[in-house]
Amino acid sequence: MEQISNQTDPHYDPEASKLGMWLFICTELLLFGGLFIVYSIYRYLNPEAFALAGHELDTFIGATNTIILLVSSMTIAMSTTALQQKNKKLAIALIIITLILAFVFLVNKYFEWGLKIKHGIYPGSEHLKADFGQGEILFFGLYFVMTGLHALHIIVGMVFMGITMVKVQKGTVHADRPSLLENAGLYWHLVDLIWIFLFPLFYLIH
Amino acid sequence: MENEKHHVVPYRIYFYILLALITFTFMSIGISHLNFGAYSVLGALIFSILKSFLVLTFFMHLKFDQPYLRFLILGVFLLFLAVVSITFTDYLYR
Repeated sequence: MEQISNQTDPHYDPEASKLGMWLFICTELLLFGGLFIVYSIYRYLNPEAFALAGHELDTFIGATNTIILLVSSMTIAMSTTALQQKNKKLAIALIIITLILAFVFLVNKYFEWGLKIKHGIYPGSEHLKADFGQGEILFFGLYFVMTGLHALHIIVGMVFMGITMVKVQKGTVHADRPSLLENAGLYWHLVDLIWIFLFPLFYLIH
Repeated sequence: MENEKHHVVPYRIYFYILLALITFTFMSIGISHLNFGAYSVLGALIFSILKSFLVLTFFMHLKFDQPYLRFLILGVFLLFLAVVSITFTDYLYR
């Protein structure tokens, strides 16, 4: 209660915005959770096909993207610390670094997907239907849907962080009112969290 | 009341967590090259759960937040486990 009284805006409630963000994150976790269940059932039914198809994916690119996301998670978390310590410049610099890392992740994804599509591996392709079994088709279908949905979250996260950065620059998000930056951070960590499970399940099948 | 709002996490904590996360990533890659058969999925999942625990606790501040948020996540996790076990009992005993 005392926390609210010293705010200039009576509608600002950091605890409520945090709870709202967490509730949204819970729905996102369940959305991907459902996809993970689909994955595990199909993998259980087609173990050999999933192992074979998993070899088609490049572990090096997957690992590189994992490290990129982990580092970007750290930089956006540090950005909140910087803002709370009233170091606005550092906070903005850290958001920019996070955005660059997110972009590099997407570039890697672009080349990774591009190579697959060039080799005729994409949902519904003739090559996939003619030369692959049901299990492999399922694997690549799940691969494109799940990494695609994840990449969509990366793009949304970049927009979210971009808006936050502008507001930090303008001064509407500041040391006593950091909720938006904290929530952008939470969203970005969610993206990281999902990738933590996607990476071993798709790239590390041997 | 505790002054939760102004809990500032020092930079070095985030850096140590990052090092731990990267170490776990390489360990999970390493373990996938050893042939444990069916257990390699288990190994990968254990590392993923360890990593997500670190991300949730430190990066997502659950350690420094009010405890009800931890229960919220625990609830989602239990709900997920329940759906997984119900689905698998269906497939295993058809």
